[in-house]
Amino acid sequence: MDHPLLSVQDLTVQFRTRAGTITAVDRVSFDLAEGETLAILGETGSGKSVTAQAVMGLVPRPAGQVTGGRIIYDGTDLLTRPPSEARRLNGTELAMVFQDPLSSLNPVLRVGAQIGELFRRRRGASRAEARRKAIELMDRVGIPAAARRVDDYPHQFSGGMRQRVMIAMALALQPRLLIADEPTTALDVTVQAQIMALLADLKAEHRMAMILISHDLGVVAGVADRAMLMYAGRVVETGELREVYETTAHPYTRGLMASIPELDGPRERLQPIPGAPPDLMRLPSGCPFRPRCAYATDICASQPPTLAAVPTRPDSHRAACHHAEEVLADVVAG
Amino acid sequence: MTAYLIRRTLFAVFVLWGAVTIVFLVLRLVPGDPAQLILGSDATQEEIAQLRDQMGLDRPLPVQYGKYLSDVVNLDFGDSYRYHRDAMDLVTERFPATVQLAVVATVIALLLGISLGVVAALRVNRLTDRLVSVFALLSQSMPSFWIGIVFILVFARQLHLLASGGKGGLDRMILPGITLALPFIAILIRLTRSGLLDVVHENYIQTARAKGLSERVVILRHAVRNALIPIVTVTGIEFGKLLGGAVIIETVFAWPGVGRLLIDSISARDYNVVQAAILMIAGGFVLINLVVDILYGYLDPRIRLGR
Ligand SMILES: Nc1ncnc2c1ncn2[C@@H]1O[C@H](COP(=O)(O)OP(=O)(O)OP(=O)(O)O)[C@@H](O)[C@H]1O
Ligand SMILES: [Mg+2]
Repeated sequence: MDHPLLSVQDLTVQFRTRAGTITAVDRVSFDLAEGETLAILGETGSGKSVTAQAVMGLVPRPAGQVTGGRIIYDGTDLLTRPPSEARRLNGTELAMVFQDPLSSLNPVLRVGAQIGELFRRRRGASRAEARRKAIELMDRVGIPAAARRVDDYPHQFSGGMRQRVMIAMALALQPRLLIADEPTTALDVTVQAQIMALLADLKAEHRMAMILISHDLGVVAGVADRAMLMYAGRVVETGELREVYETTAHPYTRGLMASIPELDGPRERLQPIPGAPPDLMRLPSGCPFRPRCAYATDICASQPPTLAAVPTRPDSHRAACHHAEEVLADVVAG
Repeated sequence: MTAYLIRRTLFAVFVLWGAVTIVFLVLRLVPGDPAQLILGSDATQEEIAQLRDQMGLDRPLPVQYGKYLSDVVNLDFGDSYRYHRDAMDLVTERFPATVQLAVVATVIALLLGISLGVVAALRVNRLTDRLVSVFALLSQSMPSFWIGIVFILVFARQLHLLASGGKGGLDRMILPGITLALPFIAILIRLTRSGLLDVVHENYIQTARAKGLSERVVILRHAVRNALIPIVTVTGIEFGKLLGGAVIIETVFAWPGVGRLLIDSISARDYNVVQAAILMIAGGFVLINLVVDILYGYLDPRIRLGR
């Protein structure tokens, strides 16, 4: 194939707040091929959601603004199009599932109407037809007694069922790219696994490309092909999921790996990264991760690291760390 | 929903009882002799004694209260001494005119207030928004009797466009209706505008945009209905206030409603009519609130279906 489905290049998103301007997404680039799944990973505030919002044209205005870069979908740059025109791809080509299914569903509209309006307003379907398709979709995403529940309101569903409703909505018009922003964070552990299994299933069935956002490296392990780690709005490591997990080359990724809760492992193995996520208003010089990093040296304060090939898989695996090789050596040694 | 309705109805009865009791207490517990108060300072001793006997003022308070309550339940407020007719009949005759005026004012307010509020929210911080805000400020801060008089002078006397007063067709209702509606319009503008600006930040609005719906559909279908929920409550309360507020407007526009009857009766010390009028207004208020509670449940399924 000649071009990727989605190519994000040097995307920069800024927010103007009362205290000053922050760069929530800082020159982020990634490609996504048809049918491929990319995991965007990182701590809270690292810019994962804002990246997704930018792709969907949903960066909250007027505070937020895409100030640079290109978002090329299927060969055309969405940022050069008028917003109302770019928005027309939403629902039909691009779809999104959000973190909190309750607040993401309209409390005063029946779920059937919320799913059905995609058919009615985007495809000109009749009320009856839209309703029938909504039931079909609810059935497909595993909502029991769909024909009866289609007239219920969001608050009458459990968390897991609400997220299924969201997924049904996202899938309605068979988009080519699905963005799932922490789709399981608000759910119980057992329900989390079911929702992830459903997403993996649907992705295979529709051969959709998917961007899966999470702060938990464990959640995406079975589903994603590639991983991209973000810190302070920047990409710090990217590569095939296996490479990133097994030959980790960034201390931040290593820290996040150590904090994956293991269901059967002893509890004390859980080690969060020391220190707090950075204040975007006052980023340190050089590498933003430096204050929390065990590998930090003088060069980390003077020179911001850029993404560079990791020797074990130079064609696909890249990390932005002056000490990538040391980290890699430590990881390989165990 | 049934349990909710029963709860609200019981509460409405309780509020009415409260209103009735307050009217009773105000008339009995104010310093001085109620009979004297009612008849005025130029009444003779015999007249006062006769009224005291008639009102049962020499009996103990609880007995008086019991008698009063049973009279109220039977809607028996005694006769108007001016018209020598049943006080409640006088009030009920006038009530439709007042309700009519309040309904017209409410419809005008809802139409104008909500649409101006939506327009202001869509154009937030731009010129249109500012102009709407100024309009809201003016509508709220100018006294209604003054606006009423200005309206009469401009539209009726000068331009001969609309009738200035008296009861009649729709054209006679427009001036008093708008005058009565203005403060309510201001409230609705603010409430719709701020409600919409809040709702627009809700996650489900982002979802609607992620579905590729046009901005018009996002606002009108997904945002406005949620923003309207608090407006229903306010409309009920304001409608009740309009019934009371009609007192002044009815006087300015010579509108033959309960309000004007109330004012006339107060100045003529026709207290039986005053009592009946106050209870009628209070009853209307309570009934409206009941309707509002039901509507509220309809708009917000989370309340209707019980959490
Ligand atoms: N509407 C907004 N106004 C101002 N700042 C914002 C807004 N949305 C996001 N930000 C800022 O942008 C940065 C990145 O936020 P983002 O939501 O992308 O983080 P995230 O990686 O998704 O984190 P989380 O795991 O908590 O969802 C944060 O510092 C956040 O404070
Ligand atoms: Mg997020």
